[in-house]
Amino acid sequence: METGHEIREAIARRDRSAEEVTRAALDAIGRVEPSLRAYITLLPERALAKAREVDAKIAKGEPVGKLAGVPTAVKDLFCLKDALTTCGSKILANFKPPFSSTVVERLDSADAVIVGKTNMDEFAMGSSCENSAFFPTRNPYDLEGVPGGSSGGSASTVGARSVPLAVGTDTGGSIREPASFCNIVGVKPTYGRVSRYGMIAFASSLDQAGPMTADVRDAADLLGAIAGFDPMDSTSVDVPVPDYGVGLRDDLKGVRIGIVRDFEDSIAVDPKMAKLYKDAYEDLRKLGATFVDVTLPHAKYGLATYYLIAPAECSSNLARYDGTRYGVRVDGDADVYAMFDKTRTAGFGDEVKRRIVLGTYALCSGYYDAYYVRAQKVRTLMKHDFDTAFAACDVIACPAVSCPPFELGAKSDPVAMYLMDYFTIPMSLAGIPAMSVPGGFVDGLPVGLQICAPAFEEARMLAVAHAYEQATRHAAKLQPVVS
Amino acid sequence: MSAALETVIGLEVHVELSTKSKMFCGCLNEFGADPNTHVCPVCLGMPGTLPVINKRAVEFLCKAGFALECTVAPFSKFDRKNYFYPDMPKNYQISQYDMPLTTGGRVVLPSGKAIRLNRIHLEEDTGKNVHAGGHMTTSEATLIDYNRAGVPLMEIVSEPEIGSPDEAEQYLMVLRDVMLYIGVSDVKMHEGSLRCDANVSIRPLGTKELGTKTEIKNMNSFKSVVAALEHEISRQHACVASGERIVQETRGWDEVRGLTYSMRSKEQAHDYRYFPDPDLPPLSLDEATLASWRSELPELPAQRRERFITQYGIPQYDANVLTQSRFDADYFEAVASASGDPKQASNWLMGDVRKSLEAHGLTLSTSKMTPAALGELISMVKGGAITGRAAKEVCDVLVAAGGDPKAIVEQRGLAQVSDESAIVAIVDKVIAAQAESVAAYKGGKAKALDFIVGQVMRESRGRANVDVVKRLLMERLG
Amino acid sequence: MADVPIDIAYISRLARISLTGEESSRFSAQFARLFDFIRELQALDVSGVHATAQVIPLSNVMREDELKPCLTQDEALANAPAREGPFFKAPRILE
Repeated sequence: METGHEIREAIARRDRSAEEVTRAALDAIGRVEPSLRAYITLLPERALAKAREVDAKIAKGEPVGKLAGVPTAVKDLFCLKDALTTCGSKILANFKPPFSSTVVERLDSADAVIVGKTNMDEFAMGSSCENSAFFPTRNPYDLEGVPGGSSGGSASTVGARSVPLAVGTDTGGSIREPASFCNIVGVKPTYGRVSRYGMIAFASSLDQAGPMTADVRDAADLLGAIAGFDPMDSTSVDVPVPDYGVGLRDDLKGVRIGIVRDFEDSIAVDPKMAKLYKDAYEDLRKLGATFVDVTLPHAKYGLATYYLIAPAECSSNLARYDGTRYGVRVDGDADVYAMFDKTRTAGFGDEVKRRIVLGTYALCSGYYDAYYVRAQKVRTLMKHDFDTAFAACDVIACPAVSCPPFELGAKSDPVAMYLMDYFTIPMSLAGIPAMSVPGGFVDGLPVGLQICAPAFEEARMLAVAHAYEQATRHAAKLQPVVS
Repeated sequence: MSAALETVIGLEVHVELSTKSKMFCGCLNEFGADPNTHVCPVCLGMPGTLPVINKRAVEFLCKAGFALECTVAPFSKFDRKNYFYPDMPKNYQISQYDMPLTTGGRVVLPSGKAIRLNRIHLEEDTGKNVHAGGHMTTSEATLIDYNRAGVPLMEIVSEPEIGSPDEAEQYLMVLRDVMLYIGVSDVKMHEGSLRCDANVSIRPLGTKELGTKTEIKNMNSFKSVVAALEHEISRQHACVASGERIVQETRGWDEVRGLTYSMRSKEQAHDYRYFPDPDLPPLSLDEATLASWRSELPELPAQRRERFITQYGIPQYDANVLTQSRFDADYFEAVASASGDPKQASNWLMGDVRKSLEAHGLTLSTSKMTPAALGELISMVKGGAITGRAAKEVCDVLVAAGGDPKAIVEQRGLAQVSDESAIVAIVDKVIAAQAESVAAYKGGKAKALDFIVGQVMRESRGRANVDVVKRLLMERLG
Repeated sequence: MADVPIDIAYISRLARISLTGEESSRFSAQFARLFDFIRELQALDVSGVHATAQVIPLSNVMREDELKPCLTQDEALANAPAREGPFFKAPRILE
């Protein structure tokens, strides 16, 4: 399957109908789904109904949305009215929300065709999609490998070229790492750029939805469709949404790219990865960019800061799953608290429990200042690091990941898994936009290059990524092993 | 009670704000609807939903703060109070922990004593648990109605400066009056829109240090607050007398048995793990907004009371009664202006109007009598159109059914009679009939004349001009 | 590996999650490793640094006091694991 913009143009030209495109996408998904298992729920009827609606509009000459007829997958934490929305958890295995998330509503009004809801690490906690309560998803470039996480299903289905567009969410790297693993583009926008309403919360001050797409132009289009102020989300920011597609560039003349000196030791650990990123920076230079050394002196505290703030918020956000109002209940014999205990103990997986316990601890009286408040202060320092860095450069280029996709079960130690987010956490804590764009291959497997920009400068970030993508065309060099 | 011990009470009063919609969502804020019909994904705490602050609730709280002389904080935020309870949709309550919207302030009791406030903060109410089969612990199941979940609630926290159950009641009455005046709540304790918890301790008279306190919950009327506090204080006195230690704990008020009981919660470990709600940006209200809210405040009961005394020259007691509700005070001022006689307006409202209202089971706000009508009635008395006695009858008709006093006087033939020829006949008739009293008067009992005057008035159905009656009697009885 | 000051039994009770002995000791060991990182934070001088609760600073985000449609009673209760008439139903509360 082609890119989203190619499909959209074909449908607009009436070369193909949205229904044909949708059927093709559903067929493609059907072919690979037995090996990838990217979806928790497929929505073929809803998709075909939407496609016919788009076709009818086009037939009547009515205006259509920016994503008209483009097959799109959404992570299974976006509430979709009357459709199963599980967040990858047993505790929500039967939940059908009576409302849709703002992201889903904006996709609908952009006339995107939502084909299904993708697998994920339970409550978006994980970096491999292995924490899904239902089944793991496979990497379309290595069926023994993980697709990354937590937005693993979205990454896998786009990486397999089944659909060109998917929406994921990123709290500490959950869009960028799977995008890197699946040879696609993944964008974590500025915190507050995309509404969180109806997006099931993990860590409220970090969660952000964003595009996972076949190419940078698709990411620009999809971001333009879902971004913007939402009166239902008090943390969404009321700044205008530019047409991200307009500013995409083909060269980098005059662009100052910051290279993070503090990351060099970490990169050097794996010579193959180090080589890949050295080549990537060289490609950027060839496009006309100039390089500036920048430092992020507090980046090394990112992991500790993140693993205090995110679990603390999650411990509170996930308290509502108690078996009373929705979700799967396990009845206790004695009283309501026994029911709460049994429901939560049976309903949450290992990683979720671990983070709830850790976060509950970080908020306890007597520890709160030492852990949570201190982490918030370090967060301030980290934000200052980026402010200082961006005073000297336009964007920062750095690794998205420390390794190519690993095999299922290879990282059984949670702390080893946490370290997967080493290069992505600092940007999440600072709230700035960051993305992964295909950057080449290590041992025949995809690896992404991370580009980040100051808050609300997604257009600048996408412009740089586009020039790099057009010059290198890494994504096209490797075909999925299933199709 | 031992004379050597004094009582220290602090009150935490929860007042539901009468906004149209709930605190963080657009659901109707209304008492008494069918269960679970005023709910939406937000107030049901559904996954993915987010709160948005109701500006009116913030306004109402600030107005309450102004009325109680509080300081509105330049920076304030919402925090999550985390604990599990089935009536809490999210298992955390959005509240304010260390940066409440207002700090300081005071409540001035009718006695003049000022109880200082610690703070007023804004939070969301919880749903309601209904215990199938009656009592909470014996029932088979908990049934939950989330209509109340998310209703805006302000918590007014006093300093521990209330010295007795009576003062506690006065404090609550003042708060209620102020809230009604400024129109931020209907403060109906029986509907739960005003709820109160008390911290109670006792200490040797004259000492500064606070004794071990207990927290009393479940008091649902002003009367039960007084009863619960009285019981708890004597229980603490008994503890001290018997050398028992007072345990810091939460105690419930059992209305039926008339006692407080320990609410040991073995299940709930209490560590609320407050932290700033990441879903809600902080509040930093600008001066212009605050000034405009302040300018919308009506005159408050205490100020109005003082003004009534100085401006209208009415007694303190009357001023207290007349200013208890904003409606009554407005009514009084309208009558005073219509009649041109504030003192008479006050006398009528405090006396005959009140009696009639009570007799008919009405209040000024439910009676059909307009201030203009009462004002006219007072003018008619002053102008001699009717006697005071006839006016009482008219007043009763006005209170019960409303109407125009002139028409009522005409219809009932109550106009004052000053025509001597008409009165003479009655006077002579009474002198003839009351020979005994006439004799007594002539024998030097001056008081007997009053009785005779009364009889003439009665005979005239109150219409006779009393001055004319007196003159005619004097002429005849020497 | 220094030990971690977490009373897992107490914390998990606050969080209303029952952990088995195996889970408790496994979590403890994992937290101990994580605390190697967290301890570095403790060593950092953060005096005079303000705490960032929200990374993109906003303030006074409020809505007007306007009504929006509620769910119907059946919609509200549709996901309830148990209901009785118009109510959500949970086991009794023992205090």
